[in-house]
Amino acid sequence: MSNSKFSRRGVLKTGMVASAGLAVPQYLRADAHAGFTNAPSDSEVILGFNVPQTGPYADEGADELRAYELAVEHLNGGGDGGMLSTFSSKVLDGTGILGREVKYVTGDTQTKSDAARASARSMIEKDGAIMITGGSSSGVAVAVQALCQEAGIIFMAGLTHSNDTTGKDKRANGFRHFFNSYMSGAALAPILAAQYGTDRKAYHLTADYNWGYTTQEAIQSSTEAMGWETVNTVLTPLTQTDFSSYIAPVLNSGADVLVLNHYGGNMVNSLTNAVQFGLRQAEANGKQFEIVVPLYSELMARGAGQNIAGILGSQNWDWKLENQLGDRYSGTNAFVRSFGEKFGFPPSQAAHTCYVQTLLYADAVTRAGSFNPCAVVEALEGFEFDGLGNGPTLYRAEDHQCFKDVVVVRGKENPENEFDLVEIVEVTPVAQVTYAPDHPQFAGGALGSCNPGA
Amino acid sequence: MDQFILQILNGLDKGSAYALIALGLTLIFGTLGVVNFAHGALFMLGAFVAVTLSNVLTLSHKVVDETRTDFLGNPMQVDVPYVHDWFGVTAGNAIIDWAVPLAILVAIPIMVLIGFAMERGLIKHFYKRPHADQILVTFGLAIVIQEIVKYFYGANPIPTPAPDAFVGSFDFGVAFGFDPNAIIYPYWRLVYFFFAITIIGAVFAFLQFTTFGMVVRAGMADRETVGILGIDIDRRFTIMFGIAAAVAGLAGVMYAPISSPNYHMGMDFLVLSFVVVVVGGMGSLPGAVAAGFLLGILESFASIPAVIDLLPGINQVIIYLVAIIILLTRPRGLMGRKGVMEE
Repeated sequence: MSNSKFSRRGVLKTGMVASAGLAVPQYLRADAHAGFTNAPSDSEVILGFNVPQTGPYADEGADELRAYELAVEHLNGGGDGGMLSTFSSKVLDGTGILGREVKYVTGDTQTKSDAARASARSMIEKDGAIMITGGSSSGVAVAVQALCQEAGIIFMAGLTHSNDTTGKDKRANGFRHFFNSYMSGAALAPILAAQYGTDRKAYHLTADYNWGYTTQEAIQSSTEAMGWETVNTVLTPLTQTDFSSYIAPVLNSGADVLVLNHYGGNMVNSLTNAVQFGLRQAEANGKQFEIVVPLYSELMARGAGQNIAGILGSQNWDWKLENQLGDRYSGTNAFVRSFGEKFGFPPSQAAHTCYVQTLLYADAVTRAGSFNPCAVVEALEGFEFDGLGNGPTLYRAEDHQCFKDVVVVRGKENPENEFDLVEIVEVTPVAQVTYAPDHPQFAGGALGSCNPGA
Repeated sequence: MDQFILQILNGLDKGSAYALIALGLTLIFGTLGVVNFAHGALFMLGAFVAVTLSNVLTLSHKVVDETRTDFLGNPMQVDVPYVHDWFGVTAGNAIIDWAVPLAILVAIPIMVLIGFAMERGLIKHFYKRPHADQILVTFGLAIVIQEIVKYFYGANPIPTPAPDAFVGSFDFGVAFGFDPNAIIYPYWRLVYFFFAITIIGAVFAFLQFTTFGMVVRAGMADRETVGILGIDIDRRFTIMFGIAAAVAGLAGVMYAPISSPNYHMGMDFLVLSFVVVVVGGMGSLPGAVAAGFLLGILESFASIPAVIDLLPGINQVIIYLVAIIILLTRPRGLMGRKGVMEE
């Protein structure tokens, strides 16, 4: 019998607690930094670009990465400066950020939430990235945004369109420049009414995941508000490649409009199937049958080829904006020229939003005079700017969502090349797509307070 | 009634693709005893033969058009396909338009060669290894093939349209006394169905009515005895691997206009095709075909909105549900033979 004060169980417990403490990621420990996570050295600052480099959205990720490279080049004083010369804020002077040369590391989200979190975590913990940006999916954006909030890192979202990113899943450390499902609905509805009339019956096919639900809800509510009736809504599996059995019943359903709440490969396949089944030529209820794709992507429109001809949809930005609609969209041509001369083709809207987010972050740090995430949050909240291609824009303080005009486009009947697939129908002014911060479609979450990691 | 007919048509069409892929899988499994997880990649490669031929036929040289400008404001460089120079615009466009049917001719030798290379270069080294090793190596091979295709063609789907003559839909409603638009079905999908039936029929006829086929069938039943009789069954099985690869490739070529090819399309079909093979009965060719059409039709019916309303989510699980029920009641599948995968 032992008289020791240490029982076997006690030692094990203590050991486990100590091990767990040691295993806590470095960024969660207050003593690992001075004031905030990953404070940069005096000579350089590291940004983390988390984009899909493999998987179905790899091409979109590649375009995002091109834009990031360009942004870094311009911030460091290289190239022609791009949008630095048109940006309404004039604090960026091509000497990096607060005098530090901008360097970057990249991660591969694979468009999977767990992989995206792992790559973001690696860039934060191993590479010392002070800001994470990028992505091509709302699931990834929400997951990485939550991670950055925990880690005390700023997250500047890439392409993410679900209401939830700045709705129920919003975080104080996260910011979205890209538009959202609600804005698509609000922008499209009046144009759909003008083009197709107010007496229409819509049939929705919706991708069975978060973005699909919020997009369907947004389009459904905005079209019903102007008099359309929703005949049916059908969820389709995300892995579906052949939509024929979902498309086939549409013509006999009493509907005369098909809304495809699909993105990426889903959009390419469902739209192609719908056109193959003759929906574009069909008549229903005495009217021409129409198809609507709420969120357009130039890169994915290429996959659908001629099938996008005449189909209405919405975009965050288009490279032809300034040429066609004038100076209000200044910055567009500067960016298109920089990007086009470097890479040989015009940028996608994903590239644009990523480039702009990088500049906005750099600008906020410079205006704040600090890399401290809370100072950056303060600088970005309520920030009004112009000259970045979308016209006058507000980063709303209440939800960290950018508010700006929304572009409504239509697939071109006779595109001249693979980069000129859509034509701008109209631009919906920002006032028409603005909503209250407590709008029901965005309810359920709280921004919380910024986390500097300390 | 019209919905019923429409979903039967849809099911037959889906089933055609499943049956063609499952037929090739079963041929390989029945002859070589290999569970080939790279079979979906062969289907995808077939589709990319169509894409490649389409790219080759549209190979162009640049001509500067001073009257137009590009997105940077420079004089626009217009692509002029070489076939326009060689055959004139009308004939050149017709050749480009028929790229997919022409790809069938190109795909047969290419896919047979790829099949030979796969079998001789890699898979033959795994004949005596456990099935788990075969699955791992073929699955790895499928990923390698996918990544190679993605490297050269990107991750985005590539539109590969059918010839203009097959664009549009056939109105069965008008033809058979229903209301117009009640049953319309795309021409190319009808072509796909008849093409699949022809290929399936040709494979069965080849195995049933030729000496080569008879030897192969004998080898599938008792490989050892056929070997003792002095017949080089290995060589014949290698040829069968090539034929199975060609069947998968042709299924892919013809599928290109239905769904724009992308590097991942093989994987999308692979899992379903394995379910088809298992439901049909491992090693049974008629079983694979019958199960392909059966599951295709069931999947179509499960996607009808009224059915989804009644049983939410049924469209996502129907195939696996049916597979469970069939395997519980008939553990060898619909037409499975005793002794296959049971050692």
